[in-house]
Amino acid sequence: MELISNLALGLGVALTFQNILYCFFGVLLGTLIGVLPGIGPVPTIAMLLPITYALPPVSALIMLAGIYYGAQYGGSTTAILVNLPGESSSVVTCIDGYQMARRGKAGKALSIAAIGSFIAGTFATLMVAAFAPPLAEVALKFGPAEYFSLMVLGLIAAVVLASGSLIKAIGMILLGLMLGIIGTDVNSGLQRYTFGLPELSDGIGFVVIAMGLFAFAEIIINLEHRGHREVFTDKVSGLLIKWSEFKEALPAILRGTGIGCCLGILPGGGALLSAFAAYTIEKKIAKDPSQFGKGDIRGVAAPESANNSGSQASFIPLLTLGIPPNAVMALMVGAMTIHSIQPGPQVMTSNPQLFWGLIASMWIGNLMLVILNLPMIGIWVKLLQVPYRLLYPGILVFCCIGTYSLQNNVFDIYLSVLFGVLGWIFVKLECEPAPLLLGFILGPLMEENLRRALLLSRGDPSVFMTRPLSATLLTLAAILLIIVALPMVRKKRAEAFQEQEEPA
Amino acid sequence: MALIRHPKDFWAGVLFIVLGGGACIIALDYSFGSAGRMGPGYFPRALGLLLAGLGAILVLRSFKLVGEPISFPTFLPLGIVLLSVFVFGISVNALGLVVSTILLVLIASIASHEYRWKESVIAALCLAVFVVIAFRYGLKLQLPTWPSFLVGS
Repeated sequence: MELISNLALGLGVALTFQNILYCFFGVLLGTLIGVLPGIGPVPTIAMLLPITYALPPVSALIMLAGIYYGAQYGGSTTAILVNLPGESSSVVTCIDGYQMARRGKAGKALSIAAIGSFIAGTFATLMVAAFAPPLAEVALKFGPAEYFSLMVLGLIAAVVLASGSLIKAIGMILLGLMLGIIGTDVNSGLQRYTFGLPELSDGIGFVVIAMGLFAFAEIIINLEHRGHREVFTDKVSGLLIKWSEFKEALPAILRGTGIGCCLGILPGGGALLSAFAAYTIEKKIAKDPSQFGKGDIRGVAAPESANNSGSQASFIPLLTLGIPPNAVMALMVGAMTIHSIQPGPQVMTSNPQLFWGLIASMWIGNLMLVILNLPMIGIWVKLLQVPYRLLYPGILVFCCIGTYSLQNNVFDIYLSVLFGVLGWIFVKLECEPAPLLLGFILGPLMEENLRRALLLSRGDPSVFMTRPLSATLLTLAAILLIIVALPMVRKKRAEAFQEQEEPA
Repeated sequence: MALIRHPKDFWAGVLFIVLGGGACIIALDYSFGSAGRMGPGYFPRALGLLLAGLGAILVLRSFKLVGEPISFPTFLPLGIVLLSVFVFGISVNALGLVVSTILLVLIASIASHEYRWKESVIAALCLAVFVVIAFRYGLKLQLPTWPSFLVGS
């Protein structure tokens, strides 16, 4: 039973006083930003990255991971009580969650969301522990050609699963890849696209890009819409759910968990897509789908379970292949690099305590989240009543200090202003910024592996097709692209994303 | 403008062409090398061309597909928010964390349509105190706290 001894090792690491504290801090902060609409895990983690320099690597990663899955819990609170997704992944929860709240069942909706998330978190933790080692084994056989092909597959999958225009999403990835080139070329020492600025010779920090594209642009867009936030201030009571209600919700929770686990592994997947898929499937297989949209408990249980297991499963490609499947995981790569840990299959063998400690902390964090979110729900409700006009200046202050303290350099702040403008333009043109960040992170890795692969094959590009693993990966990528380009699938995809955007 | 029927696609296409083409032109100065021994110019040029190509498709498509116009309800938040961040940037080294934070909050608050100046003054002071406690003393970040002409540096 290697699994059990591994988990025991992980628990030993995660249960030290210091790590429990950082885990708690992470999930607390995650809940906080999850509850608050307008700030998500990407800018928060980006903001906290510089602070983690001083921490031991395990504690840093435990805390940052806690922010991500903690945000999934917090987001559901806002969705249920305010009919606003506190987190993009709780968009679907708004539909039935808010209806339940309107019928005076807010407490029950919150309970089932938290219980479902906890069950999902437990399963997802076990799955990460069970599947990561065999996958890492495969990854150890990878050469440069395989890595390049895998990244192509990852980027294509990210595009396919993203909402909106395909061409624009590919363009955003290319733009991200190009931004990644800025700085000193590792092979020749040449300064590329630095425009003579010494500050750019090390490249642009991804925190700078994340702040500009995600935090600043989002605040600006929020301020452009003059809408008043309607807060559901009724007393939240009746947290206890009946056994019969739990039995009704349990199959939905389990199905949601499964969907989240599967979709979370895919690049570009993660929380949002999982939640959406789980809701749709639940509605399809229900005997009486008429109740959905009117406050059906399954309509809360399934997506909330799915987004939590999805967010945790997205750690699998990061930890085993070293490839981040979404923007949050891209930031985790950054966190690992800060501590000079190269993410990839070797992490498990060279740093078993870090690897298993992180996994075990996820389960502990989930346990804390249930406690944070149910008995202490009153605090979060209070927080929702803070008006946005008081919130966003604070968010801006934290972003600025976070950006500055990266290198104690104001140049990064100016650069983030530039990316704020760019992010605003992207929103106006309906170009999604998430693929850009993914491309930016993978860019240098891709160029390096492409160069190496072609150097080894003496410039023969057929190396990508003659090596079986690489060929399989590229074929998969091609199949994915063709499938999405088919007119029939394209129509379905458009419909699916439209349905998802409606309740927002 | 009747020719451009999908303005969002059109301008996204233009943006891609400008950025991709620009990157390509700059990369002409970097040696291209060959596939076997790639120079620093190989990857950027390939990417730039691809991006410009996609941009061209978007532009051409925008003459055929129909899409909504781009909406600009107000430019005030864009200007104010980014200005406040910029002011923080130019002031933080000389004036220190406290003054910069207050300036940032006071300026940024104007962007809200529910702006009340008294409220924003109080918020600015509270945040300044919190920031100093949390970042200067709690996390021990290396930031100048007070204006350099007051404490001398």
